Amino acid sequence: MKNKKILGLWKYLLALIIMVIHFVPIYMVVAIALKSPYDHSSRWIFPGYVYLKNIQTALERGGMLSALKNTVIISAVAVVLIVVIGAMAAYPLARNKSKLNNVVRGFIMGVMMIPPLSILVPLYSYMAKIGGINSYWGIIVTLLTFQLPTSIFLFSSFISSIPVALEEAAAIDGCGPFQTFFRIIMPQLKPVTASVIIITGVNCWNNYQFALYLLQSPKIKTVTLAIAGFFSADASNVNGAAAAAFLGILPLIIVFLFLQKYFIQGMVDSAIK
Amino acid sequence: MKKQRGTMINLFYIPAIILFCGFVVYPFLQGIRLSFMNWNGYSQNMKFVGLKNYIRLFQDANVKTAFVNTLIYGVVSTIIQNILGLAYALFLNMNFKCRTIVRTIIYMPVMIAPLIMGYIMYFFFQYDGGAINDILIWLGKEPIDFLVNSNAAISIIVIVNSLQFVGVAMVIYLAGLQNVPAMYYEAAMLDGATFWDRFRHITLPLLMPAISSSTILNLIGGLKLFDLVMALTSGGPGFSTHSLSTLVTNQYFSAQSAGYASAIGIISFVLIMVISNVVTKYFDKKEIDTQ
Repeated sequence: MKNKKILGLWKYLLALIIMVIHFVPIYMVVAIALKSPYDHSSRWIFPGYVYLKNIQTALERGGMLSALKNTVIISAVAVVLIVVIGAMAAYPLARNKSKLNNVVRGFIMGVMMIPPLSILVPLYSYMAKIGGINSYWGIIVTLLTFQLPTSIFLFSSFISSIPVALEEAAAIDGCGPFQTFFRIIMPQLKPVTASVIIITGVNCWNNYQFALYLLQSPKIKTVTLAIAGFFSADASNVNGAAAAAFLGILPLIIVFLFLQKYFIQGMVDSAIK
Repeated sequence: MKKQRGTMINLFYIPAIILFCGFVVYPFLQGIRLSFMNWNGYSQNMKFVGLKNYIRLFQDANVKTAFVNTLIYGVVSTIIQNILGLAYALFLNMNFKCRTIVRTIIYMPVMIAPLIMGYIMYFFFQYDGGAINDILIWLGKEPIDFLVNSNAAISIIVIVNSLQFVGVAMVIYLAGLQNVPAMYYEAAMLDGATFWDRFRHITLPLLMPAISSSTILNLIGGLKLFDLVMALTSGGPGFSTHSLSTLVTNQYFSAQSAGYASAIGIISFVLIMVISNVVTKYFDKKEIDTQ
């Protein structure tokens, strides 16, 4: 009996070690962010006080306040469009079994294969020509386009699983295809919409590569750009930089802790087609 | 009537197709054109140079380094994430309290922007006052300047990337394990199968779809690695830790060779395309074999 108890303990010990390894980056950010720049104790030591001036420095001098605002606007608009345009394209893809559909499916898979690095240079010069640099719409359209395939495939596999009977009944009642889509299909998509919002929203929020090319004016920085700027311009202010990093990751961590189930379900759905 | 309806709903494709053509296909074709040009990225002067960029690319030692690094970032990260992810999933599939908390903690770093994760890691691996060096000093050892040693820097990038995203592999495997019926194990136990036998002959074959999704997902992610490298080393020391993604950015912004950068971008596309197709084919065949 006693032996069995000890045998069971290794699980808790192992669990503890795993948790420490994966939690330590977040611990470090918080510990450094709350520490005064004059405190030269090791970074491992959590301060016995709370020094909020770092947060203030990050918000004001580091421009985190406007960066957070910009990132919220860009991600929110992008995600709404990703959901609407993705669900629309998914509808014929799931319902029409035709040759055209195979062509479209193949085309989208081909588009998915093209990595951002292969088009960034021409995309930049093209965006410069049409006025998309340093604008909200330029970055939004780019993020939207690159997240669209994920959205289309998630929606289309979900729509395939809902019975057509309702749509047929609506058609008999004289409901047109647009009305059918917005009134009958869209309301049924709630569970999968949560997954789409979460998966693509995280990617938009955390994006750095597109933002680096398309947003070069200090006036329209996103969270990742502001933090990169802070680290390169003010490298000696470790505490302010940590505070900026903390502000940048906090919103997603909070959302994740509340909606964990959807994050994990969404990840699994998007990975296993 | 029904047929007409089917044609009507094809109109729903239009917004998506316009976006794909305008912001992926068109720039991609432009990229192919630019890769045959000599251009600094902003002037009106654009000169056709034929295959010169591609010839230069194959002789460029920096491209070769970036190519090898990209493979290391992609392949080694994938191996670590899958083995560790599967181990975590098997562990969390056991019966003990607080499993959900462990899962939450492992998955949480997936939320952190890879760029920010890179900067956080800088707090650890920095020479002066870095958290790892603090430990070395406590242990009475000499501090190490990790990031000026290219092999150390490459290993750090791989390990950080793997540990940050191991949660993705883990949840895919956890979902896969739900599909393994418990009675298979019970039957095997009756036949006297050991833990290894059960793992080898029941768990692994039934997890094949999960292994294939997780491998392809991690591989494509790793081959595109950009943010983490930018934050930790910016490709340095020298050009020794560049991935193809960061090298394109370096050639475009710092060296102002837009034509050459485009050529690297196009070659990278071919590389990622070939690797992901080979891996997908391999797994498709494997899945049929095990069925």
